[in-house]
Amino acid sequence: MKEEIIIAGFGGQGVLSMGKILAYSGLMQGQEVSWMPSYGPEQRGGTANVTVILSDERISSPVLNSYDTAIILNQPSLEKFESQVKPGGTLIFDGNGFHKFPTRKDINVYRIDATEYSYANNTSKTMNMIILGGLLKVRPIVQIVNVLKGLKKSLPDRHHHLLGVNEKALHIGMDLIKKME
Amino acid sequence: MTTNDIINPANLVYAKAPIMNDVPMHYCPGCSHGVVHKLIAEIIGDMDMQEKTIAIAPVGCGVFAYKYLDVDWQQAAHGRAPAVATAAKRLLPDRLVFTYQGDGDLAAIGTAETIHACNRGENIAIIFINNGIYGMTGGQMAPTTLGGMKSSTSPNGRTVPLNGHPLDITKLLAQLDGTCYVTRQAVHTIAAVRKTKKAIQKAFENSMAGKGTSIVEVVSTCSSGWKMTPEASNDWMVENMFPAYPLGDLKNE
Amino acid sequence: MSESKKHNTEEVRLMKGNEAIAHAAIRCGCDGYFGYPITPQSEIMETMMELEPWNTTGMVVLQAESETSSINMVYGAAGCGKKSMTSSSSPGVSLMQEGISYIAAGELPCLIVNVMRGGPGLGTIQPSQADYFQAVKGGGHGDYKLITLAPASVQEMADHTVLAFELAFKYRTPAMILADGIIGQMMEKVVLPPFQPRMTEAEIAEKCPWATLGKPAWRKPNIITTLSLDAHEMEETNIRLQAKYREIENNEVLYEEFLCDDAEYLVIGFGTCARVSQKAVEMCRAEGIKVGLLRPITLFPFPTVAISKHADKVKSMLTVEMSAGQMVEDVRLAVNGRVPVEFYGRMGGVVPSPDEVYEVLKSKLVNK
Repeated sequence: MKEEIIIAGFGGQGVLSMGKILAYSGLMQGQEVSWMPSYGPEQRGGTANVTVILSDERISSPVLNSYDTAIILNQPSLEKFESQVKPGGTLIFDGNGFHKFPTRKDINVYRIDATEYSYANNTSKTMNMIILGGLLKVRPIVQIVNVLKGLKKSLPDRHHHLLGVNEKALHIGMDLIKKME
Repeated sequence: MTTNDIINPANLVYAKAPIMNDVPMHYCPGCSHGVVHKLIAEIIGDMDMQEKTIAIAPVGCGVFAYKYLDVDWQQAAHGRAPAVATAAKRLLPDRLVFTYQGDGDLAAIGTAETIHACNRGENIAIIFINNGIYGMTGGQMAPTTLGGMKSSTSPNGRTVPLNGHPLDITKLLAQLDGTCYVTRQAVHTIAAVRKTKKAIQKAFENSMAGKGTSIVEVVSTCSSGWKMTPEASNDWMVENMFPAYPLGDLKNE
Repeated sequence: MSESKKHNTEEVRLMKGNEAIAHAAIRCGCDGYFGYPITPQSEIMETMMELEPWNTTGMVVLQAESETSSINMVYGAAGCGKKSMTSSSSPGVSLMQEGISYIAAGELPCLIVNVMRGGPGLGTIQPSQADYFQAVKGGGHGDYKLITLAPASVQEMADHTVLAFELAFKYRTPAMILADGIIGQMMEKVVLPPFQPRMTEAEIAEKCPWATLGKPAWRKPNIITTLSLDAHEMEETNIRLQAKYREIENNEVLYEEFLCDDAEYLVIGFGTCARVSQKAVEMCRAEGIKVGLLRPITLFPFPTVAISKHADKVKSMLTVEMSAGQMVEDVRLAVNGRVPVEFYGRMGGVVPSPDEVYEVLKSKLVNK
């Protein structure tokens, strides 16, 4: 198994940490993982993206130009990465603030309105977990139990009491995601 | 009375400090470096610190200081002695670590290293020879060159519009919280030599007591660079250097 | 997944390359780190400051006022026989060149890490390999060499930290880890090296009899200096240094080959470019095109002999770099005109993609 993922959006949306949680989840199930961020000032308000690869084999290039799965959280990222999803691949987007939507017909497109949900339900701190839940519903590449193990490993001890909230967020995302036809 | 009767320990009034190596110095006649070297050698001996001393030599006339004092030495790149000393002292806190630097080394190319080592309060001593000129490279203008003073790169005298003001870096260093002892001395008279010796000893004791950075500036002559006899150099120093760089303690905590 | 491939998750960690260097340095008994912040390697000092090794191993970590000061602190620490290091990125490493030349001339062991970013000038903060010449051809003034290691993974960032210190002390010469922004910033799995205690002063005195620890009565003073006013004396120093570099070339070459045995075409790249090229090689192999990859691990000493041997077997070669073409010159010297050596590079912080390399492989080598 090998999954090549790009997560892209604005800085502050939790793009890098969502990637980190995925990478830790892969680690917990014994896979080879790589997490390659766009780094620097982009982290602070501009566009941010992270490439995550989970694989049963040794990973060659941590840098990719085509992906099995793209998680897109803002309009500029859609414009940049929609064309880079492999045919038959998956594109998940949060439609908040979008005025142009994915157009490709040779990939599976899903929408998850996690931002809107989080505004309404005051769950913005776990928004990236909601989106991750959506991803795992349609691409079950890691087991929930390993996500929680990974989360525990990556979070400082003082945040461990939030594990339950995060698990709940995963399930919210699973319910929220819908396929675009 | 035979010669052997005269050479008798009971008659000894003065001897070369054992830490001074028995080699001819390259310094010019009348130069202040030799006197300051001798004082350092005597103090290290008096303090019984030879086995504990790590000395840092500069670039400039003092570069060969390592030939003259029988202790472990590191010769630093130009101006970087305080950085080199910082690491040596941090890694070997029970050692006596001091730098020996001239005005070009300490107050021009190494200004940043000097200020930051002092500001961190590194437990080192800095011996600063200020003769207002670059001796080793042949008498060029230094940051401490006085207004109107001639050098090979200010042949008609230093002017403020072209070269700015003489830099009183010692006064500047006294402002820093990291320094505990900042003093300005000279070695042109016996009394001055004695005072300088006390100052250097205090600086070394401070660094061993972990009190912070000590700076001993020695206002010095450079007969070759100034193009004067040693005697005239001393007179010129008293008349011109001392008003700009007055002797005494600037800080003593 | 097979059982044999399962790692013990207690030992396998996930971290950035920069973080791995910090952990590995502390674990291998480093005595002092002196540095100045610069992207994309600031995590090295940040990690050390967070780990506070002065409370555990006694290691000193100090933020200096500049890269100039950092490298001279390394000089001072190394002169005392201490395991010392600094890290920076390209513009900062340029500022260190004076000190590196002095350290090489003073024959002091130390580690310098350069996590390269795009230049020239202030450039970008994105990854680059354009400091190859600076690292392997000298960089500062005078005839000297740096042992130069080129990690291509987070694991190697940790391993090379240990190795660099070993080689530096073995040969009394500075060693450099020449990484790029990707290797510094990416997270991968890593198994950290075991803890080894810092050298005691007695051990330093024995292993480094030249170290300035203070002069006991029984020995002559130790003097670390790089000055000889006598030209013949200075030439002798140079002859000794060059002999040491030849010994390093004879003993310490490291490289890795991937699918080279039956290769008709050879790709050569280090660091991130080796990883990207490996994927391109896999794509070619999937089409039955016999391409292999040679990855230099030491850039000085360069795997000249290994590349020379391949020149008798393959039809052509391609080097892939994040520069305008630097290592390619050393490849061409090794090949000496026997087969064509093509070059593909991106500059200024742009990373070549696997598809790009694949296309170049086909157009410049296979379909030529």
